[in-house]
Amino acid sequence: MSDSVLEQALTWLNDPLNWSGRGGVPALTLEHLGMSVAAVAMAAAIALPVGVWLGHRGRGSTATVVVANTSRALPTLALLFIFAATGLGFGNRPTVIAAAIFAIPPILSNAVTGMAGVDPAARDAARGMGMSGARSLAVVEVPLALPLIGAGLRTSAVQVIATIPLAALVGGGGLGTIIVTGFANRRFGEVVAGGLLVVVLSLAAEGVLALGQRALTPKALRRPR
Amino acid sequence: MVVSVPNPWLSWDYVRDNWGDITTALDQHVTLTAQAVGIAALVALPLAVLAYGRPRLAGAVLGLTGALYTVPSLALFAVLYPLLRDRRATVLVGLVMYALLVLVRNILVGLQGVSPAVTDAARGLGYGPARLLLTVQLPNALPAVITGLRLATVTTVALVTVGIVVGYGGLGQLMYRGFNSQYRAEITTATLLTLAVALTADVALWLAGRLVMPWARTAMGR
Repeated sequence: MSDSVLEQALTWLNDPLNWSGRGGVPALTLEHLGMSVAAVAMAAAIALPVGVWLGHRGRGSTATVVVANTSRALPTLALLFIFAATGLGFGNRPTVIAAAIFAIPPILSNAVTGMAGVDPAARDAARGMGMSGARSLAVVEVPLALPLIGAGLRTSAVQVIATIPLAALVGGGGLGTIIVTGFANRRFGEVVAGGLLVVVLSLAAEGVLALGQRALTPKALRRPR
Repeated sequence: MVVSVPNPWLSWDYVRDNWGDITTALDQHVTLTAQAVGIAALVALPLAVLAYGRPRLAGAVLGLTGALYTVPSLALFAVLYPLLRDRRATVLVGLVMYALLVLVRNILVGLQGVSPAVTDAARGLGYGPARLLLTVQLPNALPAVITGLRLATVTTVALVTVGIVVGYGGLGQLMYRGFNSQYRAEITTATLLTLAVALTADVALWLAGRLVMPWARTAMGR
C-alpha cells in the first residue's frame, strides 16, 4: 500500500501537466514562497527591533518566555477561522498574518536571549574604545548575538513554510492546495507529492538561510565546520 | 431580502444548546492529547537513553527529528489516513510522531547536560550503569524532561485541531463547523476551550514537576 502511494506520488511529480499553468508546481511554489517571505518579514519587522532592544536593556526575558509558551497553545487554525469570521476574509492574506503571528515568538525569544548573553566585557571594551551606545549596539553587540538571532529566524522560517499549507483549508493558495485537492479526490499519491514538495522547500530555505547567516557573520566569529 | 441575524462572538445560548457536542469534542480532544503524549513519552525515553551513550547515533537522531518536523501536519494526517483507514488512529499516530520529536530532543539534551563531575562521583562510589542511569542521570535530567513534556503537551493540544482534515479534530471539529456556517460563537467557544485545555495541562505538569523535584523548587520558577 505504502509503495503504491509513493509510486503514485512519483508519477504525479513526473507528469509535465502538473508542472505548468496557474495550478502548476512552479506557480504554487512561488506563491508559497511569497507568502512565507511576507509572513517572516512581517514577524521579523516587529520581533527583531523589540527583541534586540529588550535584550540590550536586559529586560523582558521572563515576559517573552511566557508569550512564547502561551502562543503555542493557540491553534493556527483557530486564528484562521476567527480571521475569516471578521473582516479579514478568506485566502492568502489572513493566512500570512496568522503565520506571521506564530513566527514572532521564536524570533523574539532568540533575539532577547542572544542580546542578553553578550559578554559584558565586550560591551565595556566597546565603551572604553569610545563607541557610542548605538555604535556599540550595531558593530559589537548585534554581531555577537547573530548566531542566536539567525537561529530564531531559521526556526520561524521553517515553521512558517510548514504552516502556510493550512491556507488551502480557508480558500487560499500555495502548495497546500495540492494536499487538500488530492485528499478531497482520494488521490493520496498527490497528497504525498504535495507534502514532499513542502518538505523540500523548507529544507532548502533552512540551507539558504544558514549560508546567508554564515556570510553575514564577521570572519573572526565564524566557527570552522 | 437580506435579514441581518445577530452573530455574537460569545453566546451562552450556543453553549447550552450544544452542550452534548461540546463535551464530546472536549472529551475527544483531551483523550487524544493524553494518549499521544503518554505513548510518545514511553517510546522517547528508551530512544533517548539509547542515543545518549552513542554520540554518532545522537547526531543522527537529532538530525532526523529536525527534518521530520518540517513535514506539514496537514500532509502527515492526510497521508496516514489511507494507510491506517481509521480516523482516530490516523490523528493519534500523527500526534505521537510530532510529540516524539520534541520529547526525544529534550530528554537527550537533559541527559547530555548532566555534569560529568556528578556521574564521575557516582561511578567512583561503585554505581553500575543501570543504577547510575536510574538514580543519578535521569533525576538530574528531570527538569529538561518536564520542560519537554510541557512543550509536547501544549503543542499537541493545538495540533489536534488539524485532525479536521480526516474529520477527527476534537474541538477543531467545532471550529470548522462554525467556520463553514460562519457562526462566530462556535469558533470562539472552541478556541477558548482549546486554550483552557492547554493551559490546564501545562500548569498540571508544572505542578507535577515541582512535586517530583523538591530540590529544584527555588530554581524552577520558569
